[in-house]
Amino acid sequence: MPDKQEKLEAFENIDIEIPLILEAIYQKYGYDFRKYSRSHIKRRFIHRMAINNIESISHMQDKVLRSKDFFIELLEDLSINVTEMFRDPEFYASFRENVVPNLKTYPFIKIWHAGCSTGEEVYSFAILLREEGILDRCQIYATDFNRKVLEVAKQGIYATRDIELFERNYTKSGGKSKLSDFYTMKYGSIKLDQSLVKKVVFADHNLVTDSVFAEVNLIICRNVLIYFNRDLQNKVINLFHESLSSSGHLCLGSKESLKFTNKEYCFSDVDEKQKIYKKSLAKPCIKH
Amino acid sequence: MYKALVIGTSFGGLEALKAIIPLLPKDFPLAVIAVLHIGDNQNDSFIRYLNDISQLEIKEAEEKEAIYPGKVYFAPPNYHLLIEGDETVTLSTESKVHHSRPSIDVLFETAAWCYRDQLIGLVLSGLNQDGAYGLLQIKELGGICIVEDPDNAIARIMPSAAHKIAKPQFIIPLHQIADKIITLINTQS
Repeated sequence: MPDKQEKLEAFENIDIEIPLILEAIYQKYGYDFRKYSRSHIKRRFIHRMAINNIESISHMQDKVLRSKDFFIELLEDLSINVTEMFRDPEFYASFRENVVPNLKTYPFIKIWHAGCSTGEEVYSFAILLREEGILDRCQIYATDFNRKVLEVAKQGIYATRDIELFERNYTKSGGKSKLSDFYTMKYGSIKLDQSLVKKVVFADHNLVTDSVFAEVNLIICRNVLIYFNRDLQNKVINLFHESLSSSGHLCLGSKESLKFTNKEYCFSDVDEKQKIYKKSLAKPCIKH
Repeated sequence: MYKALVIGTSFGGLEALKAIIPLLPKDFPLAVIAVLHIGDNQNDSFIRYLNDISQLEIKEAEEKEAIYPGKVYFAPPNYHLLIEGDETVTLSTESKVHHSRPSIDVLFETAAWCYRDQLIGLVLSGLNQDGAYGLLQIKELGGICIVEDPDNAIARIMPSAAHKIAKPQFIIPLHQIADKIITLINTQS
């Protein structure tokens, strides 16, 4: 069966071709996906090949080198922008209980929301902080490498189709009023109250290639690290460790953890289940 | 030498899993990786339940965890489970596939890439088509495919779709599946 043999051959080639196209993208456009989870990248590329009817990854490499528009399309494929307001409400409830009292002791609070995507969680935090009476004391940096999603985040306009989920999450998270107090509804969309993001700077920052830009008291980076391989996870956790002030808090996604990273002992658990950590005072932090 | 067994199921899934996982022996030489659609609910209670009645250790798969033989890993609710080439777990919050996250197709496809002809894929009772294309990918890369006989399944849509699309080597009633897997392992060359 030559067809079957050909398929197997093409399949074998993919594992050779992927590192090459990732290198090409890095060299040409400066975006570094070389240490992303390989199976994630592979699924995305195969998906794109099927949609655009591209014969092989090598053909795709040729195309991406010649066409910036196609590169932008691929960039969209590789960035995950599935999020929701008050995602994992138990996390927000724990944050309110375990982190907010500490934040309240600061006269001025700097927050870095890394990989903020389309901003649903930035608004969620802003609502929570306002309800706790400390939003005015916060300076929030919300960053992502994808400029397109940052534009969406700035606008704060979302489809109403998810509103029931958002409302449910908000209530479960310990919200103190009604979510509808914070948005207006128009033409099948909701627009979040823009006064919530008065103190938010939305900025282009790439966790893989950029470095520390400020000292902050709190870092929120949820469901970003899971797309990185262990090497890159270590690098980014180091970056967070450097950026945090002493006793600063780090919040990861509910299935992410410091467990397999080399900074495991540089943080203590605030809520292990909800992945809320605190930078340890002890120096140097080494494995015991 | 088979290295892994992947299982996908949704409606009627717990019943079906109960008829298979407890029958796997203590020295079962394959890693078992499974997707059971349970919506936004937590895995804890059915994992505890299966642990109580099984000889193998059953757990929720953790991000970047290495996969070992003789253990049963379940995808966490609301995350896709992908297998990396180095036999570790990657979780993902990408869009739903067939309205499902975790998706059986995502697990099967990435498991097929990793384990190739050392993989057994199994589709059980369920109410959508998730898993059918993943099973086809397993077959194309040389793996063995087993589908629960739709005529006896609690929900037939999932096994029927898998049957139609992947043309599996085996279509058998639920109560014969554990035996079949053990025989396959014992008689492999």
